[in-house]
Amino acid sequence: MDSTLFAALIELADDHLILGQRVSEWCGKGPILEEDLAMSNMALDMIGQARGLFSYAGEVERKGRSEDDLAYLRLEKDYRNCLLVERPNDDFAHTMLRQFYFAAFMEPYWQSTAELQDATLRGLAGKAVKEAAYHIRHTGEWIIRMGDGTAESAARMAAAVNNLHIYTGELFEMSDAATACAEQCLLPDRAKLRAAWTATVDPIFARARLNTPDVEFPQSGGRSGQHGEEMGHILAELQYVQRAYPGLTW
Amino acid sequence: MMADDTKPKVQNLPLWEVFIRPRTGLAHKHCGSLHASDAVLAMQAARDTYTRRGEGQSVWVVRSSDIAASDPDRAAENFDPALEKIYRHPSFYDIPDDVGHM
Repeated sequence: MDSTLFAALIELADDHLILGQRVSEWCGKGPILEEDLAMSNMALDMIGQARGLFSYAGEVERKGRSEDDLAYLRLEKDYRNCLLVERPNDDFAHTMLRQFYFAAFMEPYWQSTAELQDATLRGLAGKAVKEAAYHIRHTGEWIIRMGDGTAESAARMAAAVNNLHIYTGELFEMSDAATACAEQCLLPDRAKLRAAWTATVDPIFARARLNTPDVEFPQSGGRSGQHGEEMGHILAELQYVQRAYPGLTW
Repeated sequence: MMADDTKPKVQNLPLWEVFIRPRTGLAHKHCGSLHASDAVLAMQAARDTYTRRGEGQSVWVVRSSDIAASDPDRAAENFDPALEKIYRHPSFYDIPDDVGHM
C-alpha cells in the first residue's frame, strides 16, 4: 500500500510544484505591482502545498528522501504532473485561465480529502482548500473582465480557452495508484469531481461570454511521465541549483 | 499597429485607499493605496498587497477621489486653536477610588 500511496502523492505534489514554478516566472514581471504580488502569492501557495505533499511522500516511502530530493532530483519521466500545469504562461489570459481550471478542480478535491481516512492529508486539505477557493475567486474575476472586456482582451481570453481546454480532461483521469488510493478512501476519486468542476467553470464562462469548446483531441500523458517539450525547460531552471551544488541548503 | 496611447495604462486606473483592521485592533487603520479598475479587484489587490503577513482581520477600500480631506493650507486655523485649550482634557477631576480603573 505504501508504494501506491507514494505514487499517488507524487502525482498531486508534482501538479503543485510545477504550477507553482510556472506562476513564479511572473515574479517581477506582472502587468501591475498589485497583480505581481497576487501571482507570487498564488505561486507560494502552490509550492507550500507541494512541500507538505513531498514531505509526506518521503515519510510514506521510507527511503530517507527529503522534500528537496523529491522536488529537485528526479528525472523528467519520473514527474507525474498533468500536462495542464506545465503549459507555458504565454500571456496573462492563459496564466489566469490555467490557474482557474486547476483551482476549480482542486477545491472539490481538497473538500473530499478532508472527509477521508488519512489524518496528514486531512490537515493539508484543510489549509489548501481555502487557498484554492481564493485562487478561483481571483482568477475568475479576471476571466470575467477579460472575456467581457475590450476586443483585444476578449480575443486573448478566447485563445486561451482554445489552447488550454484540451488539457482539462486529464485532471479527471485515474492512474492505477490513484485508483488504489481511492478504493482505500485515502484520496478522492478524480473522475467523480467533474460535476463540481463544471459547476465552478460554467457560471464564470457565462459571465465572461466564453464558450466551452468541444474537444476533439484531448491531451494527456503526464500521469505516465510523458510530458511536452516545455517540461524539460521547466526542470532545467527548477533543478539547476541542486544539480550544480548538490546538498545545498538555505 | 495600435499606437501605445490607445492602450489602457496603469496610471489611468483609479486610485484606492486601503484600511485594515488588525487582528488585535478595534478600528480600521489606513495602511496604503493601490490601483484597481473596480471595487472587487481593489479588494482582492488589498488582500494580496497588504495582508500577506497575517496583518488583517477585515479590509475596507475606498476610492481616493471619494475622500474629502482638510486643506493643508488651513492647518493653522483648523488645528492650532485647540492646542491651548488644555481644559478640554479631562485631567482636572479627582476620581473616587471606588470607581476603579476607568
